[in-house]
Amino acid sequence: MRRSIFSLALNALTGHRLWRPTWRDAVPKPEYDVIIIGGGGHGLATAHYLANVFGIQRVAVLEKSWIGSGNAGRNTTIIRSNYLLPGNNAFYELSMKLWEGLEQELNYNAMVSQRGIVNLYHSDAQRDAYARRGNSMRLHGVDAELLDRDQVRAMVPFLDFDNARFPVKGGLLQRRAGTARHDAVVWGYAAAASRRGVDIVQNCEVTGFIRNGDAVVGVETTRGSIRAPKIAMAVAGNSSRVAALAGLRLPIESHVLQAFVSEAVKPLIPGVVTFGAGHFYVSQSDKGGLVFGGDIDGYNSYAQRGNLPVVEDVAEGGMALMPMIGRIRLLRSWGGIMDMSMDGSPIIDRSPLPGLYLNAGWCYGGFKAIPGSGFCFAHLIAKGEPHPTAAALRLDRFERGYLLDEKGQGAQPNLH
Amino acid sequence: MRLSCPFCGPRDSAEFTILGDAGVTRPDPDAPDAPAAFFEAVYLRDNPAGPHREYWYHGAGCRQWLVVGRDTVTHEIFDVTLARRP
Ligand SMILES: Cc1cc2nc3c(=O)[nH]c(=O)nc-3n(C[C@H](O)[C@H](O)[C@H](O)COP(=O)(O)OP(=O)(O)OC[C@H]3O[C@@H](n4cnc5c(N)ncnc54)[C@H](O)[C@@H]3O)c2cc1C
Ligand SMILES: [Zn+2]
Repeated sequence: MRRSIFSLALNALTGHRLWRPTWRDAVPKPEYDVIIIGGGGHGLATAHYLANVFGIQRVAVLEKSWIGSGNAGRNTTIIRSNYLLPGNNAFYELSMKLWEGLEQELNYNAMVSQRGIVNLYHSDAQRDAYARRGNSMRLHGVDAELLDRDQVRAMVPFLDFDNARFPVKGGLLQRRAGTARHDAVVWGYAAAASRRGVDIVQNCEVTGFIRNGDAVVGVETTRGSIRAPKIAMAVAGNSSRVAALAGLRLPIESHVLQAFVSEAVKPLIPGVVTFGAGHFYVSQSDKGGLVFGGDIDGYNSYAQRGNLPVVEDVAEGGMALMPMIGRIRLLRSWGGIMDMSMDGSPIIDRSPLPGLYLNAGWCYGGFKAIPGSGFCFAHLIAKGEPHPTAAALRLDRFERGYLLDEKGQGAQPNLH
Repeated sequence: MRLSCPFCGPRDSAEFTILGDAGVTRPDPDAPDAPAAFFEAVYLRDNPAGPHREYWYHGAGCRQWLVVGRDTVTHEIFDVTLARRP
């Protein structure tokens, strides 16, 4: 059933008994044209664009658990395109444009809410860096505004502007940034792909690759072997593990990032606010909880839970920036495992093995990238050529020396 | 997570800084395959789920570089020894 005001009214009047599942929980077939490993945001978006834009419908998405059980269901849902470097900038802006039309395209309410992000600066040097970033964004046609202290005060008056150590001096604002509803993004893409015949297969872990010489021609799974001429990895924090099944080593380490949500309070924080002097960022969910986080823990981890020093660090950052939150109670905290790449930027490329495609290295910024990544990955798989906006996200850029290092930190994944 | 420093005893992990995989060694810059060897050493990692040997620096303690054996799935720490040239 197409969702509209009429379907909602009809279902309300009939006691919500007529709703049907929006996507099929499929049983795997022995063969497909494309197999996508990983039912997170990126895998499902890729399936949707393959089926609905590039005309390839014999597609399976294989998910080891339930769809959205990985980072897609654990992130803090911030979407933005405020990047500095040319190779990243146009790509994230493509993603932002796709977010803007996503709900109509999928016929699903993904609760995309463009209420802005402001990155605060606390020193002259930081203002200069943000001015440069803002200029780079505007040169690429992305909206950016450099705010002074009074303009920031008008938006978020509750900050500790006169903090003795890190006074708030202004901020870089992207008004089109905001948040989206993580589960709805997963379900919306699943529904749109499923309607076009894509098989979404849950509880199906890929445990090995079927090879024909160098080429990858299928996968071994916990639900039997499945063959396809094209196999696409989109397993987020597990990329190294799955690549190792094909004998590949990647420029990636897996790290845990924690996030936190408070009890619900009345509307308080208008958009997304990030502290520039420590690592703390916060937004408020539609239910009223403050959703916030900070740094990754910093050591290799597949544990989906972190340690207390980071909890303390995030809380200190929050208190330094907005002391008023000190009496709010924490409801939950959790962790997710992400691929931290060697330059902090993602990879959308062919692998060195014929038939195997790679979508990896999303670090802590991969939620915003879901539409753009799915679109560009589907383009690469369908046409055999990278999409122009994702052409810099190559696997061999490390070997060739063309890094995309937004922070200039070098090959130290836990610093990106 | 608490690391048992061989010099300082069991200490909060916040006193330490991790560098990463302790299996990485600096290749010979004069070897004919040096570019490929440096690419691997700088960028490629096994990144295993399970036991991992890694360098940690006890910056807020004895300031020694240590090699820590740790499980990346459970965060269990098996052993901590002084880092030495192999
Ligand atoms: C706490 C936290 C906060 C974050 N906040 C933000 C944010 O505010 N904004 C932002 O842009 N990004 C954010 N991110 C990053 C973002 O969530 C990820 O980069 C992104 O979700 C990764 O892509 P995905 O959705 O496809 O991953 P996932 O949802 O993790 O999908 C990968 C899937 O692959 C499956 N899989 C793994 N191995 C196998 C196998 N062998 N066989 C079959 N399936 C397999 C997994 O079960 C998983 O479901 C955050 C991440 C975390 C952890
Ligand atoms: Zn010590």
